[in-house]
Amino acid sequence: MSAVPYEAALVVAGILFVLGLAGLVARRNLLFVLVSLEIMINAAGLAFIAAGSRWAQPDGQVVFLFILAIAAAEVSVGLALLLQIKRHFKSLDSDAAGTMKG
Amino acid sequence: MSLLALVFYAAAAVAVVSTVLAISRSSPIHALLYLIVSLLAVAVMFFTLGAPLAAALEVIVYAGAIVVLFVFVVMMFDLQGERTKRSAWTSLRTWAGPGVLSAVLLAELLYVLAAGGSHALGPRPVPPGEVGLSLFSTYVLGVELAAMLLLAAVVAAFHLGSRKKASHHRLFEEPTP
Amino acid sequence: MATLLWLIPVLPLAGFAVLAILGRTMPRRLAAAIGAGSVGLSAALALILAVRFLGSPPPGDALTVNFWTWFEAGGLKPGLAFHLDALSLVFTLVVTFVGFFIHLYSTGFMAGDEGYSRFFAYMDLFVGSMLVLVLASNLLVLYLGWEGVGLCSYLLIGFWLKDPVNVRAAEKAFVVTRVGDTALAIGLFLIFSRLGTLDIQEVAAQAAAQWPVGSTLAIAAAALLLGGALGKSAQLPFQTWLPDAMAGPTPVSALIHAATMVTAGVYLIARMHAIFELAPPVRLAVAVIGAATLLVAGTSALAQVDIKRILAYSTISQIGYMFLALGAGAWSAAIFHFFTHAFFKALLFLGAGVIIIGLEEEHDIFKMGGLRKELPLVFWTFLAGAASLAAVPFVTAGFYSKEWILSAARASGPAGLWLWAAGLAGAFITVLYTFRMVFVVFGGPVANPVRRRPGAVMAVPLVVLGVFALLAGFLETPRVLGNLPFFSGLLRPILGGRGPEPAGPAQDAVLVIISVAVVVAGLVLAWLLYGRGPKHGQTTESGAGTSRARGFFFSGWGFDWAYDRLFVQPLAWLARINKNDVADLPFRGLAGAANGAHAALARTQTGRLRWYAASIAVGAAIVIAVAVLL
Repeated sequence: MSAVPYEAALVVAGILFVLGLAGLVARRNLLFVLVSLEIMINAAGLAFIAAGSRWAQPDGQVVFLFILAIAAAEVSVGLALLLQIKRHFKSLDSDAAGTMKG
Repeated sequence: MSLLALVFYAAAAVAVVSTVLAISRSSPIHALLYLIVSLLAVAVMFFTLGAPLAAALEVIVYAGAIVVLFVFVVMMFDLQGERTKRSAWTSLRTWAGPGVLSAVLLAELLYVLAAGGSHALGPRPVPPGEVGLSLFSTYVLGVELAAMLLLAAVVAAFHLGSRKKASHHRLFEEPTP
Repeated sequence: MATLLWLIPVLPLAGFAVLAILGRTMPRRLAAAIGAGSVGLSAALALILAVRFLGSPPPGDALTVNFWTWFEAGGLKPGLAFHLDALSLVFTLVVTFVGFFIHLYSTGFMAGDEGYSRFFAYMDLFVGSMLVLVLASNLLVLYLGWEGVGLCSYLLIGFWLKDPVNVRAAEKAFVVTRVGDTALAIGLFLIFSRLGTLDIQEVAAQAAAQWPVGSTLAIAAAALLLGGALGKSAQLPFQTWLPDAMAGPTPVSALIHAATMVTAGVYLIARMHAIFELAPPVRLAVAVIGAATLLVAGTSALAQVDIKRILAYSTISQIGYMFLALGAGAWSAAIFHFFTHAFFKALLFLGAGVIIIGLEEEHDIFKMGGLRKELPLVFWTFLAGAASLAAVPFVTAGFYSKEWILSAARASGPAGLWLWAAGLAGAFITVLYTFRMVFVVFGGPVANPVRRRPGAVMAVPLVVLGVFALLAGFLETPRVLGNLPFFSGLLRPILGGRGPEPAGPAQDAVLVIISVAVVVAGLVLAWLLYGRGPKHGQTTESGAGTSRARGFFFSGWGFDWAYDRLFVQPLAWLARINKNDVADLPFRGLAGAANGAHAALARTQTGRLRWYAASIAVGAAIVIAVAVLL
């Protein structure tokens, strides 16, 4: 395991995270917003795994498991809300759902 | 460079490229497929980092359940029709701002990492058994909480996704026509 | 005597209190009884007090009674104290006596007016305040009375408050006298800070001890006191309020703006004569102002057509004579002229009131005529008062008091000749305007028939005052005419003797002869101009229209116009441009800034998801940068 540098994994996690952030801010379609969120969560999980392996402890993977549970819960509720928005606003454009302003 | 490192870097490249592609597609299904590729690549990275259980769970739960749920929802409720003209999503104007933002954040992260020096990973991979033992001894409270969270999510998803009117409170009910 | 002393001002004040609280529900007769009766009782008590005082004078010819300590602060411990000596006794007698007759007259004059009890409440308050003023033992109690009479003047000028003209006249009176009151207050501050006391007798002693004659402090104190006196007594430059104050009911004009309140300035200067004697320049100023005022007011009276305005300018002029006497050092002469003036001026006003009511609110003398036949009683009493005002020789009170002033002015030092000449010219003008008024109102054919005739309550005061207007002069006659020094002897302990006197009986006689000649000349000229009644067809001397000279005198030498340009318009302009109140700017600015900040921040609530996400990301970037780089 010593061959793989620890910092490289963190850098990859960082790259994936900012890519997900860029996608979150740039895309209007709510579905893509959720997808970007998943990417960001996954990147965070990667960071945890790398940290756990750094110390050869199981804690990193335990946290990754919890992250997984959270992601699952978030996706299901998010998709249900997405469906409600689609029904109410007749579109998935996040700007169209911007009635709470001012 | 050893084989493991090579595999790691290759998987990293695949993950980054497919993520870029995932966020820039116009069709949701295409984006989801690229997402799956990205997740699989990340699973490979987990394995090379010495976390086999995590790799397996990434594939089974993340790519195999969560993204599949996405695909089901897109398919069932016909959200495919949300494709827009390619130019609107891929124009430079749309991506300039978020791009700069992301670059700034990445730069900060690299700066912090650069200051920290270089370390090597631990000597051995962490087997699933150890993870399981840790999970149910040290982190058993977290497990219970995660279970409750999932229950709440199930109830919420069921309620929010139903076709009936959202509120049935007697005070908010409209008179039946 | 002490009991009588405090009862005298308290009775009218109690009358005021009762009328203020219960007046509206009271029957008119009761209100009149309380209003006039309280002053009448006061008058009776004053007479008894006078008899006792003169019969067995207390030690030092003065009685001081301290009722309680008003307050104590920073070394100032004034008591609510009254000081009775001959000077305050004279004023008390005049105020209560004349006041009572005017109250009696008012019960008839104001009958039918809806503010009947309110009127008597205010009048009682006035009489009470005036008595407090003249009986005050220290300057603070005097100032209390001073302010009280100012308030009552305002309330009574604007008595018929439904008409904005009356209210404006009341405001004008109040504001103009306020300028003088402020000067007086500053003078009080000066006196207290330098001499450490406000008790009048002590101030006189301390001032004489500490301030040399002609010192700056004495001049400053005297000048400030003079400012207060000028305001209240309507002398130059503060005389503009008195003619307009004729908007009030005629008894008010008689009591407040003729007999008593406007003489408060004279009282003040006479009372504080110790300070004025220490400041010769200010004394000269008093005399000069008096002389100037009497000429300005006299010539203005010649051009007036409203009977009350003629009498108002006449009052200003006569008080100018009193100031002339004070400035010349003849303190007692001024008080004597006040004494006689109170009788004949009140009489003239009351007579004018009867005429005005009789002709149903007609004030223009050229619309009156031939009232000699219609109102004979009024004619004879009015004639008595007018004769006294014009100082008709030997038989009227006005002659003796004015003669005393003129001879004192002549003998008073380097400026004496000019002062005497001014006084003489003023006497000539006085005869002219007085008999112009008499001939036009009472002579010739009847222009307007009389609708209402006076009842007994209005006739009796006229008669009584008429008798006094003629006889009161015999209390003090010049050396060559009988030499009766009763009045000056009375006031000698306080004000010294007769004041400056001409060298010998010969010069005395010469002055008398000249005065007589002037009055006779004036009578002849008035008869020639007006005696044969207004010319046919000339129903009025239009006040401002005919010539610029007449317009100038009609407007009282243009003082109102000047003050309007100098003070009123700049102030109004300032008020206009400050309509949004500069001092409010910090507070409104604060509110405005908060609103602006709100508007700016509300723009961040766009309702757009991507905006919120972007702002979170930006915030994260900034926070990390701060944490990492700092």
